[in-house]
Amino acid sequence: MGIKWNEILITGDPLIVGSQIAIVMTVIAIVGGLTYFKKWGWLWREWLTTVDHKKIGIMYILSGVLMFFRGGIDGLLMKAQTARPEMNFLDAQHYNEIFTTHGVIMILFMAMPFLIGLMNVVVPLQIGARDVAFPQLNALSFWLFFSGAMLFNISFVVGGSPDAGWTSYFPLAGKEFSPGVGNNYYAIALQIAGLGTLMTGINFIVTILKMRTKGMTLMKMPMFTWTTLITSIIIVAAFPIFTVALALMTFDRLYGTHFFTLSSGGSDMLWANLFWLWGHPEVYIVVLPAFGIFSEVIATFSRKSLYGYKSMVISIVGIALLSMLVWVHHFFTMGAGPAVNSVFSITTMLIAVPTGVKIFNWLFTMRKGRIKFTTAMLWSLGFIPNFVIGGVTGVMLGMAAADYQYHNTLFLVAHFHYVLIPGVVFAVFAGLYYWWPKMFGFMLNEKLGKYHFWLFNIGFNVTFMPMFFLGLQGAVRRAYTYSAESGFAPLFLVSAIGSIILALGFAVFCYNIYWSFRYAKRNVSSDPWDARTLEWATASPVQFYNFAVLPEVKELDAFWHMKKRNSGLVLKEEEIEEIHMPSNSGLPFYMAVVFGITGFFLVFEWHIAAAVAAIGIVIGLIIRSFDYDDGYHVTVQEIKNIESKWRKVEGGVKHHVG
Amino acid sequence: MEHKANSKYPISHIIGFLLSLLLTFAAVFVALKTRLSFTIVMWIIGSLAVLQAGLQLFMFMHVTEGEDGKANIINMAYAAFMAIVIVVGSIWVLTSGHAAH
Repeated sequence: MGIKWNEILITGDPLIVGSQIAIVMTVIAIVGGLTYFKKWGWLWREWLTTVDHKKIGIMYILSGVLMFFRGGIDGLLMKAQTARPEMNFLDAQHYNEIFTTHGVIMILFMAMPFLIGLMNVVVPLQIGARDVAFPQLNALSFWLFFSGAMLFNISFVVGGSPDAGWTSYFPLAGKEFSPGVGNNYYAIALQIAGLGTLMTGINFIVTILKMRTKGMTLMKMPMFTWTTLITSIIIVAAFPIFTVALALMTFDRLYGTHFFTLSSGGSDMLWANLFWLWGHPEVYIVVLPAFGIFSEVIATFSRKSLYGYKSMVISIVGIALLSMLVWVHHFFTMGAGPAVNSVFSITTMLIAVPTGVKIFNWLFTMRKGRIKFTTAMLWSLGFIPNFVIGGVTGVMLGMAAADYQYHNTLFLVAHFHYVLIPGVVFAVFAGLYYWWPKMFGFMLNEKLGKYHFWLFNIGFNVTFMPMFFLGLQGAVRRAYTYSAESGFAPLFLVSAIGSIILALGFAVFCYNIYWSFRYAKRNVSSDPWDARTLEWATASPVQFYNFAVLPEVKELDAFWHMKKRNSGLVLKEEEIEEIHMPSNSGLPFYMAVVFGITGFFLVFEWHIAAAVAAIGIVIGLIIRSFDYDDGYHVTVQEIKNIESKWRKVEGGVKHHVG
Repeated sequence: MEHKANSKYPISHIIGFLLSLLLTFAAVFVALKTRLSFTIVMWIIGSLAVLQAGLQLFMFMHVTEGEDGKANIINMAYAAFMAIVIVVGSIWVLTSGHAAH
């Protein structure tokens, strides 16, 4: 197998040795803590084997927070390195690895799990279902994602990180120019995580189409459910492209094929083409659910129905279709010729139309509304101006001729951070503050939340606004240093200071989670925001079967109207029936472990070991095929006991605004 | 099939069958009895094949019937859209302009 033991652990760089020590200490602390508090059984029964969509969602969100931390550290390291000209904090190779992992982690392992986590927690509740369509597949989705994420994350201490950018363009990413194992991590870890994402897409399409409660037609679905449905469809359409592209990359790197190489008839630009055929829809995969979150939050805290519901739906579908038709704008400078560039310029600018419709709809929702300035609402308000800056600079970049100037500069980097941070990160924070009481039964502290918002928002603008101007002055992206004569130094320093404020904001968020977990009041009602949709019609935290009796929907904003009419809020004891629930399963966790091991061997090109480990995958599939567990039934008495704990006998939902 | 075939004569099946025969013989005629160039023959046969596949979907495979009729149509249209975008789009982008030379 030719195992090179001496090359496995990265040694020599003090930063990395420090991380290695930190990782070992953390693992010891976790294992020790679990053993000391005798929590192994609890961890296995309640979390590792769970198929409950709410717990899976919480695990996704936890992974998102962790990965945000990791990706954020990468960002801070880059900002430290470029704070002054000619810094020697990181060398060129280390810098390459850091901007690569920063990009991959922030998009695929931070934004995606945050959003999929919120989708998991909220969507089945919003449509009045008891779980997703395929609960065990859902657990498998999470564990494959987690397996891929962990495999990717160990790269910087074991074997070396990928260093060809998050886009991993050939020929640089090929074996010829990047012989190390770093880019194998990219090809294989993303493949494993991508499998999980694809399954999530399928699961949510079926869930939303087939499991809506009685009376909920498509046009009565809450907006977040709509965006989740369309996102899932884009996932199913676009992710297979990435799967194929990564498989071809794996063949090129591991088995010497020539799909993307310069020699022997390969086409390096085919990689860029396939990557962005997936990559651009991917942008909408992360931003559409975020739009859904804003729609829910803005409607709730403006105390009005969402303005222009139908036009919202049409514009999401429009964005979904157009998202497949713009990919070439990521490589206008490839030289595809004026016809190609003109067509893709036009499609790119067309996307601004449905997006603009949505922005105006949010503004009109707020018009004449009685706006409550909760933390969730602050994030939504902050989103609009910042995202518009991102959108307008996007249209500037979309003009193919002008793009020759902006291409590969920090202007572009500033643009996509202005789109992705307000569009995704602000949405995730809004969603977390909004749905936190539903997930955990207590609220995040609103005052700390406001500090979090202002620090993060100011830090974000101070970090990325200077990069527009640096880019216009010609500062290129992905360069690890610059000369003092370039005149870039002051703006780079401002940007670095901004990144510290940004990090402080995130620190306040983490502290807020800790503080609220320990000290927040536990007596919040099931509907603390006086909200509009069905997830608020049940207990907080939600009981494992979601609804004692499935609610019936008559119109949009169903729960709001139920409260207005005072109907359907009281549980009638004679309506309670036994509930059929799926059993827990250790199989998804097992699959994550064998996929991780197989992937690890493949990364190091130990083919025989990988083949042996892959047998474990097949065994898992066989075990699943002979699994005849049909779940279990919750008795009426047990339901009555659980329901009586949060409902008063007289019933009704307590109103409580924090 | 049941709710239509039972009540009346299966007229749509017969039309479908005759049209399929017609399209097949047209393809045979173009291939064997004309002197068009090879490329043109391939284009004509290919178009006839796609036409016939579409015809059969509606006449024999009942894509529009059943509770998922609409969804089936949307699925197929979307799949066709995706396939065309990915394949034709990639070929167009990679073979136009100086990038290809």
